[in-house]
Amino acid sequence: MAKEAVLALRGISKRFGAVQALTDVDLEVLPGEVIALVGDNGAGKSTLVKTIAGVHPIDDGTIEWQGGPVAINRPHDAQDLGIATVYQDLALCDNLDVVANLFLGNEARHAAVLDEIAMEKRAMELLDTLSIRIPSVRIPVASLSGGQRQVVAIARALIGDPKVVILDEPTAALGVEQTAQVLDLVERLRERGLAVILISHNMADVQAVADRVAVLRLGRNNGVFDVATTSHEEVIAAITGASDNAVTRRQARTGTAGLEKEAAK
Amino acid sequence: MSDTVDKERGTETANPEGAAPADGDAVAPGAAPVVDPRLLVREQGFAGYLTDFKRRVRGGELGSLPVILGLIIIAVIFQSLNENFLSAGSVSDIGVYIAGTGIMATGIVFVLLLGEIDLSVGSVAGVGAAVWAVLSVTNGVNDWLSVVIAIFAGLVIGTLHGFFFARVGVPAFVVTLAGFLGWSGLQIWLMGSEGSINTPEGSVVEDLTGYYFEDIAAAYGLAVVSVLAYAAALLVDAKRRRAARLPSRPVSEIVVRTAVMAVVAFVAAYVLNQSRGLPLALVIFLAVLVIADFAVRRTTYGRQIFAVGGNAEAARRAGINVEWVRISVFGIAGMLAAFGGLFIASLSGGATKSLGAGNTLMNVIAAAVIGGTSLFGGRGKIWSALLGILVIQSIQQGLNLLGMASEIQYMITGAVLLAAVVIDSVSRRTQKTAGRT
Repeated sequence: MAKEAVLALRGISKRFGAVQALTDVDLEVLPGEVIALVGDNGAGKSTLVKTIAGVHPIDDGTIEWQGGPVAINRPHDAQDLGIATVYQDLALCDNLDVVANLFLGNEARHAAVLDEIAMEKRAMELLDTLSIRIPSVRIPVASLSGGQRQVVAIARALIGDPKVVILDEPTAALGVEQTAQVLDLVERLRERGLAVILISHNMADVQAVADRVAVLRLGRNNGVFDVATTSHEEVIAAITGASDNAVTRRQARTGTAGLEKEAAK
Repeated sequence: MSDTVDKERGTETANPEGAAPADGDAVAPGAAPVVDPRLLVREQGFAGYLTDFKRRVRGGELGSLPVILGLIIIAVIFQSLNENFLSAGSVSDIGVYIAGTGIMATGIVFVLLLGEIDLSVGSVAGVGAAVWAVLSVTNGVNDWLSVVIAIFAGLVIGTLHGFFFARVGVPAFVVTLAGFLGWSGLQIWLMGSEGSINTPEGSVVEDLTGYYFEDIAAAYGLAVVSVLAYAAALLVDAKRRRAARLPSRPVSEIVVRTAVMAVVAFVAAYVLNQSRGLPLALVIFLAVLVIADFAVRRTTYGRQIFAVGGNAEAARRAGINVEWVRISVFGIAGMLAAFGGLFIASLSGGATKSLGAGNTLMNVIAAAVIGGTSLFGGRGKIWSALLGILVIQSIQQGLNLLGMASEIQYMITGAVLLAAVVIDSVSRRTQKTAGRT
């Protein structure tokens, strides 16, 4: 914990009508670290990420960016700070080629005229440094495989030189080899000193690339674990609330077994 | 019995052996990142260009190929039926007749690239012609000013369609259908008691299709300039790409493209000079095409149109002002429709209450689609307006020369439109299986 957190959430709360989606959530994201955000469906992962990305402004709490408090009210605010988000549906234009997609909304140009050569060159360099292999940067995204589309979407997030990259379920729809490609890419992002927030349902992926795992349960923090020293089962228990149910509560009242578990957490 | 057992054993033992190397192959590309054999990158040189072209055709990316083949077939058939079809006068007429509907079709290509449709272009053309005629002829307003106001009226009308579509959220189909009815009503109201207003001698609108650059230097000069500009653009692009160490077009490809362009340009110039010279209408149409093509392919605005047509939500998240793109595209379509209406008025000798009615709308949309612009958005070229309107006008010209009645023309044009959409759908299916959209 020597490094200063690039992004820190303190006591974040978010309410939608009668639903308290997030209650007093804390999260610290360090540069050069992959932090996995896990939790059951409805645990508030997506809501938390959307508050960071500026889609849903927070109701309570503070967001700190490199030590100072900031307000993120619109997606634009997050992008300006250096937070890039890759959503699950990727948001690529199938009819445009890879270069056009990478620079969409951010084109290199002279006045209003596109500078295709500068964009293509930069795209090749970016894909090379990330060791991304795609057939050609000039083919429509529609002709790429699911894994290739995912890495293109991630590469696109890097065009603006962000400091924090949020990946929403990047491997959910991918096969074994393609998942490996994406996980490799996540590791390369970490090597470049970026902070990566990885939302995933797949514990194998989390254990493969994440440094820490933050567990959300019912909109609250349910522990942050160091991947290297934590077992699979402990994380699962935190996700499902197995360490906090009728049986353990009864044990806590009657014996010490429950207390030990609490202490371990 | 023993035979079959032996065979089964044979296959059993063969299978694992056969499977092992296959597995090895599957792992190899991941392990050796030098050149992935699955990557289909176009090879350098002319041979690479040819293999790439073959692969595209097999993958269903036919591009302009079917239309150009269709044009050749049309020319051969009508020439064999009537030797005047390819005569200088006939070709020159086609060159003049395509201008008005072609300019309108250019606007439709913009709208189709968004994945929308504009059913009002015929009525807007009629309004444009009526506005010009009423201002200039009936009320004696300056001729040029009237032309500008007529085109501006088209822009305003189109923008209004765009507003109701993009901002209010009414489907474009319905907005422009309402416009189709409403604007033709406005057109008839503007024309008032007069059934038609004839274009006066020497007016701007008469010149639109009536003026020819009779000096043969004009047609040849335009051909020379366009071929040189085309070659220069290709060469400069290739040079800049080589300087940036990017794959570039081989010189042989540039030579072939320029040669084809030169043949087309000079044959056209020669034929036009055999008749009345270079028509002003054709020059204006080509200028509209060049400007529109540049805007669509080379500017951020064009990129935004393709992005909205391909995936509006992705475009919105990329920070593109989707509403503005939609409104402006409908504005362009309306503006070009009114401009095209002036050409039609010029051809038919004046503005009428029924100008732009009838099959004008269908011809314009058919031209854009026949030329190869997808009805489903995000795919197409501005030049498809030229190719498509050439097909439609050639058929009409040929049937006129043969003295066929207009009902036959309708049926044949309908069949050609259907054929074009069939080709589009089939090639799209092939593209889906080949993994391209």
